[in-house]
Amino acid sequence: MNMGIQGVGVGFKAEHFEAILESRPKLGFFEIHAENYMGAGGPPHRRLEAIRADYRLSLHGVGLSIGSPAPLDLNHLARLVKVAGRYQPELVSEHLAWSTHEGAFFNDLLPLPYTEETLERVAEHIDAVQSALRRTILLENPSTYVAFAETTIGETEFLAEIVRRTGCGLLLDVNNVFVSAANHGFDPFSYLADFPVAAVGEIHLAGYADDTDEAGLPLLIDAHNSPVREAVWPLYAEAIRMLGPKPTLIEWDNDLPAWPALLAEARRAERAMTAPARSLEPADAV
Amino acid sequence: MPFEATIADFAAALRDPAAPPPAATRGRKGAPDGRRFAVYRNNVAVGLIGAIEARYPVTRRILGEQAFRGLARAYVQAEKPGSPVLSAYGGSFPEFIAGSCEKLGPPYLADVARLENAWVEAYHAADADAASLADLAALDAPDLAGARIQFHPAARLLRFATPAASIWASQRDGPAAPPRGQGEDVLVTRPEADVSVRILPVAGYAFAGRLRDGATLAEAAEALPDRSEFGTHLVGLVASGAVRSIIPGERP
Repeated sequence: MNMGIQGVGVGFKAEHFEAILESRPKLGFFEIHAENYMGAGGPPHRRLEAIRADYRLSLHGVGLSIGSPAPLDLNHLARLVKVAGRYQPELVSEHLAWSTHEGAFFNDLLPLPYTEETLERVAEHIDAVQSALRRTILLENPSTYVAFAETTIGETEFLAEIVRRTGCGLLLDVNNVFVSAANHGFDPFSYLADFPVAAVGEIHLAGYADDTDEAGLPLLIDAHNSPVREAVWPLYAEAIRMLGPKPTLIEWDNDLPAWPALLAEARRAERAMTAPARSLEPADAV
Repeated sequence: MPFEATIADFAAALRDPAAPPPAATRGRKGAPDGRRFAVYRNNVAVGLIGAIEARYPVTRRILGEQAFRGLARAYVQAEKPGSPVLSAYGGSFPEFIAGSCEKLGPPYLADVARLENAWVEAYHAADADAASLADLAALDAPDLAGARIQFHPAARLLRFATPAASIWASQRDGPAAPPRGQGEDVLVTRPEADVSVRILPVAGYAFAGRLRDGATLAEAAEALPDRSEFGTHLVGLVASGAVRSIIPGERP
């Protein structure tokens, strides 16, 4: 499943390409959104080839709609297979979410109820993806803003059963755990304690934004537009305590910072991973 | 509720900004919560509007931030991407502009957007070597008349009733007074990493258009006021990097 990624990585953005090539920082890996490299050719592929020559790569799909009731889009699956074949990523991951309905792509990671019926459908879809890719993938726990009346299975139990049925691994998004816990009123540390940690092949860290719902209760939004929030670092430290060192990604997709600020976030995660007790120190403490 | 129905309801509520949150969804108080559902609706709109803004930066500058955003919002509400590959999304936005905003923007706005769309298509087009002037020079004159042109995958021919390319070029790096002038014929291509935009000489569009449609050089030359000038046009096409290869004709 993980053929050699270690340490901390960041999402690769074209805006940082020059800075990366000039400084060649030591980093565990770069992660890319698969859909950004599904064009036929051009500069995106040139840049990624240059990055790939020097760094390990994690391929993160955001459009397969694995959590959809409808069959997978086989054209899109073929595109994913092509990108994976071309760049030979060490990791491939996708989401427990849906994004396409009747041919329309909604460009968001949308939630699904957790029931026996949806479990079966998701497992079928992951089987199909893994067969097409001829490898296992990591499935990411979502951040959600609503629950469903018909849900009968807890999220950690749902994920554990998916792992059992398909042999896939999991991508533990610690920020998503924090966001969903705040949004639905559960304890994020209890969620971690219930998480099928043996299957975790990668961790995500990101920033969230604050809002409130109609009842005036906190509503956290998985915005990927800021540094990792202070409240999330202790949860990451706990995840590392449970899992040991795991490849960890800093996800920063919107309102991109200058390269040094993103690299500083990665260095902070490195310190937290290798010395969990120090993870509460501010980012600029060395 | 069956899985299909739950997701269909969710998708329908995403599409309709006035719809209440889907009945099957729950906030912490055990009931549907409009502000929670609105996060999803907002994520969809903001992400897709961002894709349109990124694809049409000069159109956006000409129209102004606020008016462009309103137009993009109406477009993404009406047209959802047909695949998760967002680099392929937004190609119909110029026609949406042409059909909807006669009063909103200047008459050249849709043409500038058409040019920007061609630019993005060329940017993501398949990589291929372009024919060089040396390749052209290597052909004997008798081979030329019957030769046909295979265009580069990035090459696009556009005909505008407005001076859209001059306007686009003048506005790229900041606001500027738009040039006045006649319609322009444009060749967009990307032989290497950089997209190039060239205004074609008079009759160049007709010549290149015939070649694109499979005509021989001799046949395409008939579109020129002076057939003997076909060499100049051909050299221009090859030098721009728009030609993938020149396929020699059979000698008579």
